[in-house]
Amino acid sequence: MFAIKRDLPRPSRRQFLVGAAAAGAGLTIGFHVPMGPASRALAADTANPINAYLRIGPDGTVTVLSAHMDGGQGIYTGVATLVAEELDADWSQVRVEGVAGNPKLYGNLTWGGAVQGTGGSSSVPSSWERYRHAGAIARAMLVEAAAQEWGVPAGEVQVARGVISHASGKSAGFGELADRAAGVTPRAEVKLKDPSAWVHIGNENLRRLDSVAKTTGAQQFPIDVRLPGMLTAVLARPPLFGAKASSFDAAAAMQIKGVVDVVETPRGVAVVARDTWSAIKGRDALRVVWDESAAETRSSADLMAQYKELARSGKVATARNEGDIARALSGAAQVLEAAFEFPYLAHAAMEPLDAVARFEDGTLEIWAGHQMPDLYQTVGAQIMGIEPARVKLHVMTPGGFFGRRAVPDADVIVEVVSVLKATGAKAPVKVLWTREDDTKGGRYRPMYYHTIKAGLDAEGNPVAWQHRIVGQSILAGTPFESMVGKNSVDPTSVEGASNLPYAVPNILVDLVTTDVKVPVLWWRSVGSTHTAYSTEVFIDQLAQAADRDPVEFRRRLLRDHPRHLGVLNLVAEKAGWDKPLPEGRFRGVAVHESFNTYVAQVAEISLRDDGGIRVERVVCAVDCGIPINPDIIKAQMEGGIGFGLGAILKGEITLNGGRVEQTNFDTYRMLTIEEMPWVEVHIVPSTESPTGVGEPGVPPIGPAVANAVYAATGKQTQVLPFSRHDFRTA
Amino acid sequence: MAIQLTVNGRKHEVDVEPDTPLLWVLRDTLGLTGTKYGCGIAQCGACTVHVDGMAMRSCVAPVGDYEGSEITTIEGVSGKTAQAVQTAWQQLDVVQCGYCQSGQVMTAIALLSEIDKPSDADIDAGLAGNICRCATYHRIRAAVHEAARLMEA
Repeated sequence: MFAIKRDLPRPSRRQFLVGAAAAGAGLTIGFHVPMGPASRALAADTANPINAYLRIGPDGTVTVLSAHMDGGQGIYTGVATLVAEELDADWSQVRVEGVAGNPKLYGNLTWGGAVQGTGGSSSVPSSWERYRHAGAIARAMLVEAAAQEWGVPAGEVQVARGVISHASGKSAGFGELADRAAGVTPRAEVKLKDPSAWVHIGNENLRRLDSVAKTTGAQQFPIDVRLPGMLTAVLARPPLFGAKASSFDAAAAMQIKGVVDVVETPRGVAVVARDTWSAIKGRDALRVVWDESAAETRSSADLMAQYKELARSGKVATARNEGDIARALSGAAQVLEAAFEFPYLAHAAMEPLDAVARFEDGTLEIWAGHQMPDLYQTVGAQIMGIEPARVKLHVMTPGGFFGRRAVPDADVIVEVVSVLKATGAKAPVKVLWTREDDTKGGRYRPMYYHTIKAGLDAEGNPVAWQHRIVGQSILAGTPFESMVGKNSVDPTSVEGASNLPYAVPNILVDLVTTDVKVPVLWWRSVGSTHTAYSTEVFIDQLAQAADRDPVEFRRRLLRDHPRHLGVLNLVAEKAGWDKPLPEGRFRGVAVHESFNTYVAQVAEISLRDDGGIRVERVVCAVDCGIPINPDIIKAQMEGGIGFGLGAILKGEITLNGGRVEQTNFDTYRMLTIEEMPWVEVHIVPSTESPTGVGEPGVPPIGPAVANAVYAATGKQTQVLPFSRHDFRTA
Repeated sequence: MAIQLTVNGRKHEVDVEPDTPLLWVLRDTLGLTGTKYGCGIAQCGACTVHVDGMAMRSCVAPVGDYEGSEITTIEGVSGKTAQAVQTAWQQLDVVQCGYCQSGQVMTAIALLSEIDKPSDADIDAGLAGNICRCATYHRIRAAVHEAARLMEA
């Protein structure tokens, strides 16, 4: 089993890993990830980009090696755009592969460069300097190679659209000069292009690199890995969080044709078969006795009742405290209050969790959606008892992830390597989670309870804002625990609330961290999944109390936040906020920054006869700095809106006596095409450094829709999801 | 036991239990991995294939029932409608993670084979059983319209 060491020393930038514990089979890993803007200095690690960040094939193909996993968000196309721009490559010659195993080259620069990883919408800010420099240095090497080959000054060599040329008439493709270029000493300093010279960056017509493979069935996902002799394992995991297997009877499972083995792992009992269906049938037949003595047995309703009590009497940690909240509230002309309830949410990526492992000639190979490769390499090495250098990771493109492939306890990786080891590594093994496993398997967006109290002065200006959040910590008990601040505040619990942008002179934001055995995890946009909702819904309540228009009310309070104001003004203009709506339509607005990207949305809804709502149209404005791939930015906003909308309309994981009540898409329901609104996305022109777009489209949609419902019905929706409510006004 | 299957115009003899879902025979036995597992209970559409030209969920289809049927998967789909759908999908960059898109494409082809100029409501009704967790629905609608236009041209 695994013990996580609690008081970890903060490793330096290059020393992210605290090695294997001496005692027993314990696994001890610590990460400290200093969050912040990418440092230009760190980007200079790119001494020689050839074979580190790109390869040039004899046929001229440029293969970009991506430090970031692409599970649909489009970062492969993103890093390729950056390299192709500075390399002056033609788009048709560019390919991308995932790469891992060297944090010096691939460490995430927004995390101090210490560990490789994909998350927090950080891939673009981490890659912006690194991959442009890689392209520029490689270009200079090709130019020098041409100059040598042709006996001309390097300053006279031109490169455009994949062709290297000289005024004398000489020309060559990249492939012809690749060998010679590889021998050129790379220059430490290169000049990046002026934005006016960009042909790929900002080009709306650039197509994704994966569209053909993903529309013809050719794309290889982790589930598609097939190796000679490979076995497939499906695991029986504890029915309650915190339970463990005490004994099992494999006899019936072994009777199933195709089942070859039943083995125990630290995470459950695995039925190993020659094919998937046999493994599933074998698991159905398996009998396991579970020790539930240490298990979580509370229901969601019990937990919420306890959270409400903790909001009154729990141990509070302060995230932000400005002014004198008590005095400001007592002196206010009007005091308003609200309380919000958020359920657990599963990620429910279309591809359930899976991974493939093989051990041959002392080398462990793992094929998976490696969102945190260095962690998985270390975990794999420790289980097999080999050096991390003998673990080779194959970074696949998973069918969605939304945070679910970055798991501090390395769930599916531990499982696949454990099964491989337990079966004597005789054959490669694939572990597949069924949809039921995925839905019931925990690692949820935590349940939260929020209370907010605010005071308005006689003119309707907010003078006090007191926000309390109650819920589980995502970081506590993980290798990332040292990121919890000295104030005992897990930043992922309060982000989006502690940095409330509105001008209120007295602000108190605090946190009560709860102790529940349900494993929780970052879920697309993390803290902002709930903080954007409570803050933006409550702001509308204040606007109503102050008798002001919701957009106008926000504008006055955002006067010192030009980028919030920029997206708010743009969305109001494009949505026609000052124009009347058709009969039966109502609208709401929300603005929220997450991961340094600013998004405002206006949702238009109508009320359905059955008490539900229909979201008809969503207008979105986004400021993510320099738009690298405008069409992908739009796609991420569209998708983020749909993802967030599905969650607020009907997403909830509930516990009954500790058991998860939802099992599959029939009970944990997803947004369908029939519920997808018309979406239009507008990008704010910008010269700021680019920021990510994978997550920031998600947070505003919930409050924008809730505020539209408020406009329609006069009722605030404070308990999610909306499917719990009947919005009929009559 | 041996079961005779015709997949993408090729005859195969597979030695599997007749209650094995067609999905797993396609993927594990025949190596046609373009057809995806999403739910196993016909709730998401990721496993959609064509059986005698009709869209069908292969995850709940016992393989023993399909001897003698013409089964087409994403790897084998062809013709004017298929080409129009795939071209439209690529032109509009519909895909994100792409995992559901084999099923979306197969369902869209079946829809356009029945209704050559579908309305938004036709598209929504026709594709309501195909979940896309990346919520590419907005572009799926546009791409089906574009495919219809391409077929007309």
